[in-house]
Amino acid sequence: MLNSFSRRNWSVNALALFIGLFLFVFLIVPVAKVIYVAFQDPNTGALTLINFVDFFNTSLFQESFVNSFYVAGMSVLLASVIAIPLAYFTTRFNFGGAVLIQTLGIVPLIMPPFVGAVAMLLLFGDNGSVNLLLDEWFGFTIPFMKGLNGVILVEAIHYFPFILINLSAALLNIDRAMEESAQNLGASGIRLFRRIVFPLAMPGYVAGASIVFLKVFDDLGTPLLLNINNMLAPQAYLRISSIGISDPMGYVISVILVAFSLFSLWVSFLALKGKDYSTVQKGGGGLMRRDLRAWEKIGCYAVVILILVMVLSPHLGLALLSFGTVWSFSVLPDAFTFAHYENMFRSAGPYISNTLLYAGLAAFIDIILGTAIAYLVWRTGVLGRKWLDYIAMGALAVPGVVLGIGYLRTFVEFNVPIIDKPLASWWVIIVIAIAIRRLPYALRACVAALQQVNIMLEEAAENLGATKSRTVRRIVVPLMTSGILAGFVTSFATASVELSATIMLVSAESDAPLAYGIYEFMQSAAGRGPGAALGIIAVLIVGVATYVSHRVIERTEKKRSSGGISVAEGAGTAL
Amino acid sequence: MTEIRPEAVGVSIENLSLSFGDTEVLKGVNLQIEAGEFFTFLGPSGSGKSTLLRAIAGFGPTPGGRILIGADDVTRQSPWTRNVGMVFQSYALWPHMSVRKNVAFGLEERRVGTKEIRARVDEALDLVGLLDLAERRPSQLSGGQQQRVALARTIVVEPRVLLLDEPLSNLDANLRIQMRRDILDLQRKLKLTTIFVTHDQEEANTTSDRIAVLDKGIIQQVGAPIHLYDEPANRFVADFLGTANLLDGRIEKDVFMADEGVSFPLPGNERNEGPATAMIRPQDLIIRSMDANEKGGTVLFGEVRHREFLGNLIRYAVGVGDNVILVDDSHSAGRRTFAVGDDVALSLNSKQVRVLTE
Repeated sequence: MLNSFSRRNWSVNALALFIGLFLFVFLIVPVAKVIYVAFQDPNTGALTLINFVDFFNTSLFQESFVNSFYVAGMSVLLASVIAIPLAYFTTRFNFGGAVLIQTLGIVPLIMPPFVGAVAMLLLFGDNGSVNLLLDEWFGFTIPFMKGLNGVILVEAIHYFPFILINLSAALLNIDRAMEESAQNLGASGIRLFRRIVFPLAMPGYVAGASIVFLKVFDDLGTPLLLNINNMLAPQAYLRISSIGISDPMGYVISVILVAFSLFSLWVSFLALKGKDYSTVQKGGGGLMRRDLRAWEKIGCYAVVILILVMVLSPHLGLALLSFGTVWSFSVLPDAFTFAHYENMFRSAGPYISNTLLYAGLAAFIDIILGTAIAYLVWRTGVLGRKWLDYIAMGALAVPGVVLGIGYLRTFVEFNVPIIDKPLASWWVIIVIAIAIRRLPYALRACVAALQQVNIMLEEAAENLGATKSRTVRRIVVPLMTSGILAGFVTSFATASVELSATIMLVSAESDAPLAYGIYEFMQSAAGRGPGAALGIIAVLIVGVATYVSHRVIERTEKKRSSGGISVAEGAGTAL
Repeated sequence: MTEIRPEAVGVSIENLSLSFGDTEVLKGVNLQIEAGEFFTFLGPSGSGKSTLLRAIAGFGPTPGGRILIGADDVTRQSPWTRNVGMVFQSYALWPHMSVRKNVAFGLEERRVGTKEIRARVDEALDLVGLLDLAERRPSQLSGGQQQRVALARTIVVEPRVLLLDEPLSNLDANLRIQMRRDILDLQRKLKLTTIFVTHDQEEANTTSDRIAVLDKGIIQQVGAPIHLYDEPANRFVADFLGTANLLDGRIEKDVFMADEGVSFPLPGNERNEGPATAMIRPQDLIIRSMDANEKGGTVLFGEVRHREFLGNLIRYAVGVGDNVILVDDSHSAGRRTFAVGDDVALSLNSKQVRVLTE
């Protein structure tokens, strides 16, 4: 009988080792390489801080550093201004617009920010539709898109859902009894909000805000498309792509990006640590809601509709751009046509098929790794299993630019045998880069799915004669299906519009995915129409994928809803 | 089904110990469970009873000591090779499978032929009265029905031993009584060695051939329910099974002297002198008014401090010296009752006093 134990240990250890090796080669080594090079004298190879001194003595880099900070901070602020009222309206009032707001929470996420950037320029730029109208009617214009403003606006509109989702969840998790007992003890109004509601909701807000900060700080596509180069991520890209892979400044910037990403992740971690304020008791749930007076309702709807218009404007602009003929110095395009789509389909076919292939493969790798890591961490005693989790999650702190640079530097000398070219310029490396970048999301989805499988369901199977691996196949994986599927779709959808790592790794036009194609198209004025059409395709892919996953998950949940609950209740009293 | 049972086997537990990290949960447990017996692990939460049951099934850390099922040492065997059937507290029915698939699972894992699986699943479901619900999902069943499916799923594989981990705790009171009878009937019919874990003494008393009382990872006493109640081995058992007055004191020359001034003679044999605890069940005392005629025996005088009306009886708390002694007086209409503050006499047949030395 000892045999079955040691055999099992052997296979589990082998699995852990294999995953560990994969993460080591494709995540740790490239990032370590980037950090190492940043501290290396470009001429002598000795360790030095000279690159950092150079960096901070160069006025362009000083400016970029300040700009990146400013943009990330202001984006958080603007995103908060958008998200906080929405979160508050839905959780505090009996408000019919709640459904509208829930949709608002998803819509921006189904379009990568850089895709909408050009469209936003046409709507809100100096000579964009809004400013033309303002100038005509009132004689003034607002510099929505001027310089860094444009980046802030685009990023805030794109990323505010992270704050909305986290904050709403935190507010919904506050038990009504929390508020009622405070009232019972004499607190009300502002004091009640300041002492009870605000502290309980704060962790959710900070977690959301720090993710927005991180995303904006690392984003490459939006500034590039808006032609803003004096920020950190674009500088890193431009140094490497124009000066070359040996220029140390790209690496210095990478180290700074990683450091600040780690910092904002740490803030988010601190905010949530030990504050699992899930206070909802049976039967309770959410704050006290009250009805709105008529004028309040009008006010609420006005705010929501204003935000909705803002949020939808990139999509709207993109659609106009993709169907418009000439759109310049006018409120709307001069005429409408399908020519851009024809043009796009003629030349962009490979972009689309590459994207489906890359994103599909990457998402597949992610769910395999995610399921395996989740199982190793939560169901086995393999040595160092927690580290697999930490390292995989660590990918969150690695900006796409950094990973791209790391891959270029690390794998350029590694020749893939049969096809005889460097791994760094083989299309497979793009798939791996995307897979590593999206692994944290898939992993969290898989862990959540596994945690919903009561361990007794596994024990019952073992008790009836199923071995560990049979139990995984017949019980664990089937019960995780909807969660794994959610992980697949999230990975697939976000991978299909990934730009920052791929832009560095695309070595031949024929290997390029959709996001890269959009970027290429958007470089020229003539390419904008087809680029926008391709953008619409991207939105459709992501949108359809998201919709399908929602439907599938809903269906599986419905099919077994009450069963899961009865098991969960039993588990509460066990042991 | 009744006759196809394999020969029932016993379970031996030899010096079993088990720790979770630094916490010792089982500390050298020895038990001999006979073939075909309905045996219960009874104890408060945290006593180690569930851990012991799970160790028999092969779950949790590998214990020290030995577990034998029949003559087979299973201590280091994987759960899936032990062939002991366990019914989980939460039933652990797989929500993605129908009732039939749930019940068939163990037979499929044993590579039983499709036809035979169908026949045996039908038979097992019939036995628990759920044959007509075979195609339902677990989520479409009530708690009691889920419980029956869990039972059917376990017995269909003809386990060597049936393990029941608080199987009734998720049912409401009426259903619990019904289910406990059904489980006992099933056990008798199948002649299956059964180990039942519960914290509920009534459940244990009504079903078990024998009970092992556990506390703090140690077996406190093993015996038939009535024996445990009448002859508890120590304070814990006396207190955990029913209500007991426990008076601390010492024995001197066949007389028990409580620390607080109560004393009474002990009948019969020679006893060791020294510190001891006397146990008196509340129903073994008779409460009377002070002026009533006394008829021999030991009499203690005191004052009623509290009383609780429990329907069929009234429980008085009587202050005797510095002790408070509980007395149950059966109640029927018209019978005399005492009020708080009344002076009363308690008479006691000293044969019903048990002396505990630990």
